[in-house]
Amino acid sequence: MLHNLFIGELAERLSRREISSVELTRHFLSRIERLNPALNAFITLTGDQALGSAAAADARLGRGERGPLLGIPLIHKDIFCTDGVKTTCGSRMLDNFIAPYDATVVTRLKGAGTVMLGKSNMDEFAMGSSNETSYYGPVKNPWDTAKVPGGSSGGSAAATAARLAPLATGTDTGGSIRQPAALTGVTGLKPTYGRVSRYGMIAFASSLDQAGVFARSAGDAAAALQVMAGFDPRDSTSVDVPVPDYSKTLSQPLKGMKIGLLREFFADLEPRNAALLEDALSIFTGLGAETREVSLPHLPLSVPTYYVVAPAECSSNLSRFDGVRYGYRCENPKDLMDLYKRSRGEGFGAEVKRRIMTGTYVLSAGYFDAYYLKAQKARRLITDDFRSAFEKVDLVIGPTTPTPAFDIGAKMNDPVLMYLNDIYTIGANLAGLPGVSVPCGFVDGLPMGLQLIGPHFAEAKLLNAAHQYQQATDWHTHAPRGYES
Amino acid sequence: MSDWEIVIGLEIHAQLATKSKIFSGSATAYGAPPNTQADLVDLAYPGVLPVLNARAVQMAVKFGLAVDATVARRSVFARKNYFYPDLPKGYQISQYELPVVARGSLNIMLDDGAVKTVGITRAHLEEDAGKSLHEGLANATGIDLNRAGTPLLEIVSEPDMRSAKEAVAYMKKVHTLVRYLEICDGNMQEGSFRCDANVSVRPRGQEKFGTRAEIKNLNSFRFVEKAIQYEVARQVELLESGGKVVQETRLYDSDKDETRSMRSKEEANDYRYFPDPDLLPVEFDQAFIDAVRATLPELPDQKAARFARDFGLSAYDAGVLSASRELGAYFEAVVAGLNASHAKLAANWVMGELSSALNRDTVDIENSRVNPEQLTGLLKRIVDETISGKIAKEVFEAMWSEGKPADAIIEARGLRQITDAGAIEGVIDAVIAANPKQLADYRAGKDKLFGFFVGQVMKATGGKANPAQLNEMLKAKLGGGHA
Repeated sequence: MLHNLFIGELAERLSRREISSVELTRHFLSRIERLNPALNAFITLTGDQALGSAAAADARLGRGERGPLLGIPLIHKDIFCTDGVKTTCGSRMLDNFIAPYDATVVTRLKGAGTVMLGKSNMDEFAMGSSNETSYYGPVKNPWDTAKVPGGSSGGSAAATAARLAPLATGTDTGGSIRQPAALTGVTGLKPTYGRVSRYGMIAFASSLDQAGVFARSAGDAAAALQVMAGFDPRDSTSVDVPVPDYSKTLSQPLKGMKIGLLREFFADLEPRNAALLEDALSIFTGLGAETREVSLPHLPLSVPTYYVVAPAECSSNLSRFDGVRYGYRCENPKDLMDLYKRSRGEGFGAEVKRRIMTGTYVLSAGYFDAYYLKAQKARRLITDDFRSAFEKVDLVIGPTTPTPAFDIGAKMNDPVLMYLNDIYTIGANLAGLPGVSVPCGFVDGLPMGLQLIGPHFAEAKLLNAAHQYQQATDWHTHAPRGYES
Repeated sequence: MSDWEIVIGLEIHAQLATKSKIFSGSATAYGAPPNTQADLVDLAYPGVLPVLNARAVQMAVKFGLAVDATVARRSVFARKNYFYPDLPKGYQISQYELPVVARGSLNIMLDDGAVKTVGITRAHLEEDAGKSLHEGLANATGIDLNRAGTPLLEIVSEPDMRSAKEAVAYMKKVHTLVRYLEICDGNMQEGSFRCDANVSVRPRGQEKFGTRAEIKNLNSFRFVEKAIQYEVARQVELLESGGKVVQETRLYDSDKDETRSMRSKEEANDYRYFPDPDLLPVEFDQAFIDAVRATLPELPDQKAARFARDFGLSAYDAGVLSASRELGAYFEAVVAGLNASHAKLAANWVMGELSSALNRDTVDIENSRVNPEQLTGLLKRIVDETISGKIAKEVFEAMWSEGKPADAIIEARGLRQITDAGAIEGVIDAVIAANPKQLADYRAGKDKLFGFFVGQVMKATGGKANPAQLNEMLKAKLGGGHA
């Protein structure tokens, strides 16, 4: 079946003109129509536009043009602005917002000939680890629809796992790509901070946000990153370093690669999770990699550090949503203050408000030093820990999440418990490092992921290790029941 | 009043003369229809990001070098958070802890000719806000975001000024400087150059500063002077009647000539400054700073010193003539055609007749109807005694209105000075003969009548008699008891 093929094979068939992009697009659109109602993975479907883009891709193919993504359908997380298409960021605040421009990520993927099927559901303003904070309702995990798919990029993850598209974009501020990838059994790549432009990506926490991708294999993720990566003069934090050919190094043997086992990650691991990682480590050593233990002594500070830095930045980033120029505006405001207060009070959900208030508090006079400044210092220490680790090893490895997918509703009333979900992923964001989550087995019939983290701009090495692991295992080929055919 | 010492510090906002905004590509030109110069970045659309305008940074560095300040090798943009309709992002991008320029100074000249150094605490880059519009809108406020994102250099002085006059002198000096540097057009009516004044008073001799009030948004030198004078009087009166000055922000109402409370310290926003994560710290190397230094023009103080030294001008004259680059250039062009010993004459004419004609007709010196070569032509006729200084003024007026060279006007109107002793003597004799009573009175001791005779002779010659010659000859002719 077409939907079980990897992008490389689809591109092959497209280039041999065995299938057309229109056919491929229709195939996925009909799957979405049939399967999405149980998942709620989309906020907006753009079927008509998709068929138009597919026809355009077919025309390019007809002219002899070839490209790894030419004619390939994909889904964009609804955090990326898409010209002329509703862009909600999962919030009532932007329920009426039609973006007047394309995000750089969208522009680049469009240029490569991808076909957008729709915009995926997500936690409101990317704040959440379960996709339950969305104004458009929770996304269900295709492995068990009573479970969350993880968040914040829950719609992209669930849709990729359910084979509703071969590729989906996401963003990762504290684990929002890697955690849902792990909980839905797909491959999720968060590149180095600055590797992919943030222009047109609605900001949550600017110093942590990074665009990335969901796919069903490391090879597919590499093809997408190839197009997404690169300097953008419209994003001052994007970095002008050359983009290597990621596909070229995928097949390099891992012989001699040094992989560090994060002592802090393995310390309190649930036994079944630990067993899966043991298995994975033996695969890596079997492939010629060497493992050794490394320590990041300040890593336990990452959750509290993150929950100061991210809310601080979000409290300022979300000030622009004031009901004046676009987005939600309350009915009959009495005066300016009333307009601000009610538009924001009614437009934002509970988790967003919690973080705006937390962030406002930690930046306030008298508290700034104790919270924000201290968090910046802790962030520096965590970054330094990673730097010293990478003097000894090429990559570090650990679990992506402490547990498999949990029940919808289980953690919604306990934000601290919810925040602890990101305990293994946040470190990479604080240090700006690239990370990838790949499926590594099952616990209670639910997928689990392992995470590889590398030094800045080491995406090629990460993808190489992940790809070699996937050559030696088949975890990434498992489909949830009911979504194989 | 004299028991109180006035303490003033100014925060000057100079709009930098860049073509585009500090963080977006929109144009900065003044006066466009509302919101036609605001792009998605200025409108703070979701997902957009700021990109720093390198020209604005260069201009700030130029200013820093011109006031002998420390140019920070590393400076940081910070967000100043508050809600207001003319601030689309809900925060202003400014600089807080690490400004681009710190610790500079400027010299100002006081009325008594003494020179005073005013410290410049810092100068930082920031973006301007938009404007709220009320006119012609019923029950609504309009927002014009054309100005939002216009680059500003905020220049913060030390509390070094001790009178409204000093404050104005300092503001004028900064105004002169930014225009010399070509980093700001200095147009105060359009708001390109404006200031906030921090004003306090303290008993003379006391070291501790009094509580200050900040007067916002003063956009003329006259308003700065009047607002400070009013505010000082208000504070002194308050203190002398047993009251207390509260720290607050006040607005100056130029119609009523008073300041009014806008908000108190308690009502002040907590701006929650933090480094803007969308912008990397700005870092310079020495080569960049040296390259900017190489673009510095001769600065006002350097020019004034050169004028005083090379042309023997007083410090005051040198200061006036160097107050703008254009005025200095005009003066130098005039002097170039004369012997350097006549520089004082040129200075008097440029600061006198020329300046008043320019002011009267509100013409910029670059567009003067009498160009430097023409003025030189006129001054040459004074130097060679073809005409007197008085006649020269008449010639100048004719040059101004007719646009012709001095010589042509002198010839056409027959204004050449009479230096022929015989001719002057004839006129003197006729005048004396016609005024026997005045002659008798003069000779009887009424000295003042000498002027009467001078006037009569001048009248008879149409003002063309050489004054020195006339005086000498008249004195000899009148003779009498005047030893």
